[in-house]
Amino acid sequence: MKYYDKLIFELSRPGRSAYSLPEAGEFKPSGSVWRETPLDLPEVSEPDVVRHYTNLSQMNFGVDTGFYPLGSCTMKYNPKINEEVVSLFNGIHPLQPLSSTQGVQAVYDFMDKALAEITGMKHFTFLPCAGAHGELTGLMLIREYHRSRGEEARTKIIVPDSAHGTNPASAAVCGLDVVVVKSRPDGLVDVEDLKPLLGPDIAGIMLTNPNTLGLFERDIKQIASLVHECGGLLYYDGANMNPLLGVVRPGDMGFDVMHLNLHKTFSTPHGGGGPGSGPVGVGERLVPFLDKVHVSGFHGNFGVILRACAYILSLGRENIKLAGRLSTLAANYIKESLKDCYKLPIESVCKHEFVFDGLLEPNGATTLDVAKRLLDYGFHAPTIYFPLLFHQALMIEPTETESLQTLDAFIEVMRTIAREAAEDPEILKGVPHNAPIGRPDETLAARQPVLKYSRQ
Amino acid sequence: MGTFAYFPHTEEDIKVMLERVGVSSVDELYADVPKEFIHKGEYDLPSAMTEEEVRAWFESLASRNTRLKVFAGAGAYDHYTPSVIPYITSRSEFLTAYTPYQCEISQGTLRYIFEWQSLICSLTGLDVANASMYDGPTAAAEAMRMCVACTRKRNTVVASSALLPCVLSTLRTYASYSGINLVETWDVAEAVAEGTLDLAGVIVPSINRFGIVESHLGLSSLVHEMGGLLVEYCDPSALAVVKTPAEWGADIAVGDGQSLGIPLCYGGPYVGFMACRSEWMRKLPGRIVGQTADAAGRRAFVLTLQAREQHIRREKATSNICSNESLMALWCTVYLSVMGPEGMRKLNAICYERSHYLHSQLLATGKFADPFEGRPFLKEFALQPLCDVARLQQVLLDNGFFGALSTEEGYVTFCVTERRTREEIDALVKVIKEAEL
Repeated sequence: MKYYDKLIFELSRPGRSAYSLPEAGEFKPSGSVWRETPLDLPEVSEPDVVRHYTNLSQMNFGVDTGFYPLGSCTMKYNPKINEEVVSLFNGIHPLQPLSSTQGVQAVYDFMDKALAEITGMKHFTFLPCAGAHGELTGLMLIREYHRSRGEEARTKIIVPDSAHGTNPASAAVCGLDVVVVKSRPDGLVDVEDLKPLLGPDIAGIMLTNPNTLGLFERDIKQIASLVHECGGLLYYDGANMNPLLGVVRPGDMGFDVMHLNLHKTFSTPHGGGGPGSGPVGVGERLVPFLDKVHVSGFHGNFGVILRACAYILSLGRENIKLAGRLSTLAANYIKESLKDCYKLPIESVCKHEFVFDGLLEPNGATTLDVAKRLLDYGFHAPTIYFPLLFHQALMIEPTETESLQTLDAFIEVMRTIAREAAEDPEILKGVPHNAPIGRPDETLAARQPVLKYSRQ
Repeated sequence: MGTFAYFPHTEEDIKVMLERVGVSSVDELYADVPKEFIHKGEYDLPSAMTEEEVRAWFESLASRNTRLKVFAGAGAYDHYTPSVIPYITSRSEFLTAYTPYQCEISQGTLRYIFEWQSLICSLTGLDVANASMYDGPTAAAEAMRMCVACTRKRNTVVASSALLPCVLSTLRTYASYSGINLVETWDVAEAVAEGTLDLAGVIVPSINRFGIVESHLGLSSLVHEMGGLLVEYCDPSALAVVKTPAEWGADIAVGDGQSLGIPLCYGGPYVGFMACRSEWMRKLPGRIVGQTADAAGRRAFVLTLQAREQHIRREKATSNICSNESLMALWCTVYLSVMGPEGMRKLNAICYERSHYLHSQLLATGKFADPFEGRPFLKEFALQPLCDVARLQQVLLDNGFFGALSTEEGYVTFCVTERRTREEIDALVKVIKEAEL
């Protein structure tokens, strides 16, 4: 990776162009609805464009570059065949009649059945475009269900203190009040803390299982029956579905509604922050409401759904049973290999991910230092400072697509960093040294926001 | 263990790992899961396919779709995709990266988002843009929520009935659960002028569902007088030539980037955009990239103003959005770089010329009337059919065309992009002329 300092605007020279269009007459319509402000877009040639973005790409680290153990993000390998099938479907307008889109409908039908089988749900809606969008959709369905029963008063949703930030945020967008349930010292939902929260004002509970500490909520059966007894429903946050892929079905655990992150569990690339896809599955009693929530423009991110479909076909019923299990094995392997130099706050078998609470002997080095030092050694950093339960949280998720050699190399580097901290913590203060840039001044960025290019 | 291309573990590797963990089998790692929840038996899924079989499976399904010449719009436009774009967006450094949390090794993503924000500001004339939303309709829904957040305690948002159907249905869904009073009306100015509303904002289309380029003369001062914000829903491709949200005095602009060269792909992935005046900057939802410097003084880019976002503020965040449509924002950024100001003007000139040609040719068949005579349009227009609409649509389909979309108001719409040649237009008109409708 090397530093490259241009913005596309700085390559611009009047009169250059990269477009290819047939001839057209002068555009001079009459009336007052037309643009008067000059249009300030870059004027560049096609080689300029290609070289510029190629240079930009070389300042980026992706799964194809190296190991990306970002907790709760499931950065597994993105198979290339998945990319190739999309172009077969590019030219179809979203409002075309069904008679002309039979192939598309067959993909949706296949995915509805396959995801239902994998999760134990009845049916899915594919409209949500990402995980948080799925959460919002699922909560809307829960509200719709309570409305249909005349229980409008159910406006509170229970969220564990270890939940992903999107859970309470989605609840707020859906007009629900968040009630926090505490975790016990062993990292699991405190059932005794949950009981007094349950009542006629409870719409339901949002859980990710395993939770964000990578621990399986073993009381799930009791939690499900308590919540159902009080008239509430259970939402499954599918961000952590990967270790259960091919092992456990959320529907069997008592969940009524859930989303999947196709860009996590089902191998579609994350694209530097999307496009994702967050299909929402429901059990029997929510099926009647699936068509009521129109949460996006057309039919969801069909291109992403196609990629996930290709992944399921490649996995097949034989390999799906290995996916979750191997991700769990990899996480436990790293955890056991590093717990003598990183603080493991909860000694337990984890699932696909686990959390260290910083270095065992920090000697002044923080989790941020560890994360940034990893970049120097050619690895992406884990998720840091989340979950909020631990002040120096390092959340590591290796996935099932990394080889033992890669895991060992990562472990070795993590041990080296721990040694550096013990011997000379100053080394860690200015890192990274080998990335395209050093640590940026984030305070300056927030205090004096420069959010667009302006010509000097 | 059989071999599978994406799982690198040999039996020996697994043995080594199990030993380190101190268990004798992988299933032991699931001992904390109640036994009844461990799935038994086979999943009812197809048997694993080879790569060639996967390809054949999709090719066979794709052949069951009918390729049609698209003469329809309604929120999804058949513009040409320059070959440079998929080439760049498929570079794996862009494609396989996560959200740029570790900025030191994500400068590529952060820079193109900064460029995208700048380009959206150029198109809309507004001050600040975010890193993207899921699509145009959800961007509109976020704008609706933002109006309420910016005006505090005010709760009514007026939406023009002339917005695209896909936008209105998304607005209705979001409003229904967030307690916003959404008022839909054909006469926005009248509804606002009455002054009886607890007005937070007004959402109007730049180009409406009938393809008409709307005039919003005087609307912003009226809305501001009543204490609300003005939101314009725009087609970013058309913004190269139609009056900008800033020129009309709007506070927020939203829309779908699909018209900037993103393939139709049955409705997604597309990308929403959102821009606003700088005074509302801290109420914007989603990611925002800002410029700063690293310790050595080099220009650097970071995610900024994060105190608005869900991972910090949880239920008090401006929105729940986390993943957005970053790669599609790159798609549009490359598109606008390729097209430049001249390309965008020329593109719109072609659309204008050809759609007006189709408009006059269709009227000449005597099978349509013009319900909006004299109103300006750019590439899409609505006609009053004087014939059997279902039959018209079927005849078009039978001849390989997709057009004459029905609107709830009884009109049919057509859209002509630069991809539709004069020959194709003539062929479409000939089919209609000769058919018994």
